[in-house]
Amino acid sequence: MPLRTLNPFISSSPSSTTTTTEVLSEKEPIRIESREVRERNRAKFRPRFSIPFSGSPKTPTRPSSEPTGRLEPPSQPPTSFRPPSPQIPTLSLPTINLTTATGEKSKMEEMSKPLTLFAPPSPAEVKRTAKAHAAFGPLGSKQHLYSSRFVGTEFPEPIADEPPYFYLITTYISYLILIIFGHVRDFFGKRFKQESYKYLQERDGYAPLNSDFDNFYIRRLQLRINDCFRRPVTGVPGRFITLLDRESDDFNLSFKLKGTTTETLNMSSYNYLGFAQSEGECADDAEKSIKKYGISFCSPRGDIGTSDLHTAVEQQVAEFVGKEAATIHSMGFVTNATTFTALVGKGCLMISDQLNHSSIRFGARLSGAVIDMFKHNDMADLERLLRERISQGQPRTHRPWRKILVAVEGLYSMEGTMVNLPGLVALKKKYQFALYVDEAHSIGALGPRGRGVCDYFGIPTSEIDILMGTFTKSFGANGGYVAGPRAFIDKIRVTNAGTIFGETPTPAVLTQIQTSLKIINGEICNGQGEERLQRLAFNSRYLRLGLKRLGFIVYGHDDSPIIPLLLYHPAKIPAFSHEMLKRKIAVVVVGYPATPLISSRARFCVSAAHTKDDLDRMLAACDQAGDILQLKFSSGIAGGQEPVHDGLTNEGVNEMRSCLEAGGEPAVDPPRWKLEDVLKRGVQDVKKPLC
Amino acid sequence: MPDSLLTNTSYLSAAQNSELPSTALHYLDTALSYIQKIPGSSIVIRYIKTSHQNDPVRTVIELFLFIFAVRYLLAPTYSTKKTKNVSLSEEEIEELVEDWTPEPLVSDVTEFERVENERRPVIVGPAGPKVKLLNGRTVTNLASYNHYNFANNPDLTQKAVNTVRTYGVGPCSPPGFYGTQDVHMKSEADIASHVGLPAAIIYAQSFSTISSVIPAFMKRGDIIVADKAVNYPIRKGLQISRSQVRWYEHNDMDDLERVLQRLVKEGQGKQLTRRFIVTEGLFECVGDMVDLPRIVELKMKYKFRILLDETWSYGVLGRSGRGVTEHQNVDPTNVDMIIGGLAGALASGGGFCASTEEIVEHQRLSAASYTFSAALPAFLATTASETVSMLQEQPNIIQSLRENIKTMWTMLDPRSDWVRCTSSQDNPVMLLVLKDQHVEERALSTADQDSLLQDCVDEALANGVLITRLKGMPSPLGVAPRDLQKEWQPRPALKVCVTNALSRKETERAGTVIRHAITTVMRGKKWQRQS
Repeated sequence: MPLRTLNPFISSSPSSTTTTTEVLSEKEPIRIESREVRERNRAKFRPRFSIPFSGSPKTPTRPSSEPTGRLEPPSQPPTSFRPPSPQIPTLSLPTINLTTATGEKSKMEEMSKPLTLFAPPSPAEVKRTAKAHAAFGPLGSKQHLYSSRFVGTEFPEPIADEPPYFYLITTYISYLILIIFGHVRDFFGKRFKQESYKYLQERDGYAPLNSDFDNFYIRRLQLRINDCFRRPVTGVPGRFITLLDRESDDFNLSFKLKGTTTETLNMSSYNYLGFAQSEGECADDAEKSIKKYGISFCSPRGDIGTSDLHTAVEQQVAEFVGKEAATIHSMGFVTNATTFTALVGKGCLMISDQLNHSSIRFGARLSGAVIDMFKHNDMADLERLLRERISQGQPRTHRPWRKILVAVEGLYSMEGTMVNLPGLVALKKKYQFALYVDEAHSIGALGPRGRGVCDYFGIPTSEIDILMGTFTKSFGANGGYVAGPRAFIDKIRVTNAGTIFGETPTPAVLTQIQTSLKIINGEICNGQGEERLQRLAFNSRYLRLGLKRLGFIVYGHDDSPIIPLLLYHPAKIPAFSHEMLKRKIAVVVVGYPATPLISSRARFCVSAAHTKDDLDRMLAACDQAGDILQLKFSSGIAGGQEPVHDGLTNEGVNEMRSCLEAGGEPAVDPPRWKLEDVLKRGVQDVKKPLC
Repeated sequence: MPDSLLTNTSYLSAAQNSELPSTALHYLDTALSYIQKIPGSSIVIRYIKTSHQNDPVRTVIELFLFIFAVRYLLAPTYSTKKTKNVSLSEEEIEELVEDWTPEPLVSDVTEFERVENERRPVIVGPAGPKVKLLNGRTVTNLASYNHYNFANNPDLTQKAVNTVRTYGVGPCSPPGFYGTQDVHMKSEADIASHVGLPAAIIYAQSFSTISSVIPAFMKRGDIIVADKAVNYPIRKGLQISRSQVRWYEHNDMDDLERVLQRLVKEGQGKQLTRRFIVTEGLFECVGDMVDLPRIVELKMKYKFRILLDETWSYGVLGRSGRGVTEHQNVDPTNVDMIIGGLAGALASGGGFCASTEEIVEHQRLSAASYTFSAALPAFLATTASETVSMLQEQPNIIQSLRENIKTMWTMLDPRSDWVRCTSSQDNPVMLLVLKDQHVEERALSTADQDSLLQDCVDEALANGVLITRLKGMPSPLGVAPRDLQKEWQPRPALKVCVTNALSRKETERAGTVIRHAITTVMRGKKWQRQS
């Protein structure tokens, strides 16, 4: 049967029987073929590379209703890497009519008229489905679901692997070279091209806006790789994201749009549950909402910016996170930046995790409280700090602190680590501090019911004083919330500047939150919310395991949908981004100052909108890029070993952990799996403790 | 090494004096021969021989230096920071930890705050010129910044729906990481060309825009001269920047000049730092307008940069809504940075900063609420583009608003015995403060005035007109009341937001209701008291 796919990346030529070895050994980037394409006037790009993952599934009903699970048990190695996905009917298929009534159940039953067993979808419908699938991929198999939750008492820190010294030393040398070159260029530039350095000098009695020293990093290091940042996009940031192609003819000082676009696999947006959609329930409701309520309420909450929508969403959010009340803001950053001023002030101590988000620091600085930091996720360090601070009291006066607030994030966006909540709650019982958890990334993305870190750890939300979160990420909306006991929230409503002066969230945004929450809760579209949560959990673990097995160093906890892949060398930052872009994958790369100087990284954000095929494509691309750029240097202590017999996996990890804790070097082989094996074993291994 | 050195030197001195017994000499001899087998030992021995030079004192000094170096290298690291901690034993710490009881995280709600929470109007449906409240009543809305009723314009809503159908609702990313959509770039270009400056940058929220713009440019050691009556987000931006802030009396240009003069004098001979004047176009807390030509003149004279917050004047002032620059015929390029809001009159969301390319690009990297926050939803960006072009193409929209402002103004300011309007005559947000004589006569404190005005709001609402009150700035926690007194606070005022969606008749009627409501409250028994 000739295949005709809706996925622009997927080739559907009859030659899809190409042997996989050839494809996978292909070192060069995706070649674009357009033989057959024009004839059919269909998708522009048909990369050969993704042939093995072709066969984008399309089902007329909810994908989960498809009995696809039995198509191919994933434990059996498939001959080719065709994932167990249902096939798509093509336009060329004729309509099949039955003149006699039949009791036979058909897949297409719902779509067809009683006497028609099968009717090909109309072109408009195909187009619509293609658009929908570009935002949210259909589920390939029921095997690709998982529900993750923490079991046990002590939450282990993820083992951070380190590359061989050679890579660390060359990283430092690279920076040194870049800095020396920068200074040489500055030296000559300032003498021979004074015009372009004018902005750093005093002009006409005005001091320069940028200090020469502060600007050095941007001018000499970041500018070189500026094309990897702020790539303009268009359309829905869903499963795929459409980049606007651009070029620079002045070494990244400015960019010109070329007028063409590239559709890429989106590993960059915080679209954890895949609610960034322009089709489906959320968009439908958002449309209704705009028509009913207008575009904006044009008023802050303090004045008359409160509508029935706001109170409904606040109620819903409070119930979802398990608190008495909640208040919402139109921007996540401001939620943090203004809430701390309403909670702590002079005479209070605020202890913040070293890696907390900029908005928490911003809010903390505004509050006027004494600020202290503890090492990232290090409960022993926090305890030491608490003991010291409580026993010493306020600086100089030694009066007891009025309040102590510990602020942490649920899921750290650059590390992929989760907060050690069991540890924190134990400390809180002893030291009586107030606990503020910023769930910007974790709400919706963690826990079997998507209710954040508390849900994941099975800790009652009453243990935490203030839960803050954003709607930007998992819910595909905008803004943030603060949830807590009713008395707290009532007070915050009248003392928080963001509520008094900040503009209120707009109707469409509120409805997006409302509908997505309903879907997650299973109030509407039965089963869809659960499926999204489980797909995200599966996808996160699958990609992480695959990357570990290929030999990459990744940071973070196994269930986190944020996967940082360590690059180290500054030159590899743009190189990796370009290699992935060549393979039509959009990734975020970050370096200093967002990370420590040496640990530059690429960050992948997994989404429920991704299918297993997408992740396989991602793994294959990483495999190739990893070979080209020499990125596979994990030592194996962080996982990814050869599989041992089932049941022993856990023990192996424990042994290694105890060995590491004792300061020894466990004897492990660095994992360097072949891509075929990774894909073959991925689905079955991912549901066991990852090692 | 120290041992061998010791042996070597003692051997040398001993051999020369020949006082040691032969067995010792023999041992030393063998030791020396062993040492000589170590590669490079000859250099060491030669060094020792030359430094000894038949003078044991020299050797002793060398030895002492060597021991000192070894000790220094092996010494444990210690902090250079002076810790003023009281040393406590573990038990004492344990006891102190057990003793410590924190205050409740959030204090109890006061009576006034409780009332405010309870009485906050909840609207059902759109925030148009007539709004339906939760209790089922439909009232005239003079409380939202929907001055042109763009929020419910059918064309605009249809375009917003189309955008949602193409882009989804949220962009799910910060602008730096695939969150910059083509619609954002278009809106930025549209706004920049409207304002008349080369470039603009869009932030996701209007309220927080300036709080991030200020610290992106102003750092510790810089000098900021600010109007005393600037709004809350500017104050917070100044606080974050850690710059040296000098205040001048509200809209008092002579005082500003005095401050500038003094600063220039103080700065003589010192390294030149960045110097800014920060002020608002239309003041959020007072309602009056800045004297921009004069400020530009002073800026030129004293070499300061201007940062102008046009959140409340952009889209309102000027023939085509360009703001104060258009209204007062000032070339916008004379103003270094213009910050504006899109969430008010433009019925969209977010804020912007318009300036030169260089300044805008700098913010993309260093303005916290741009870099670390998700981008503006696409449908709000397209709405902003649309409303900006509507303002330019249809100047009669603004004209009709002006007429309504005039109508409302005549209904309130000259006719009311109790209040006066502090707003500029072109400001659609009319702030009505109690006349000084009444405040004095009745000895009304700020809190009293707030509750009195809240009564006026309630009374007006009971008669079918929805207005609000100007909210005071929340005071920082834990600051002593004595210090709070020094902080500038806006005068309690009623806020009436005029809209062109109401006809002249309706505006007049609403104005009368407000005036009567104020009279009723002022004449009522509750507030009748003598000082």
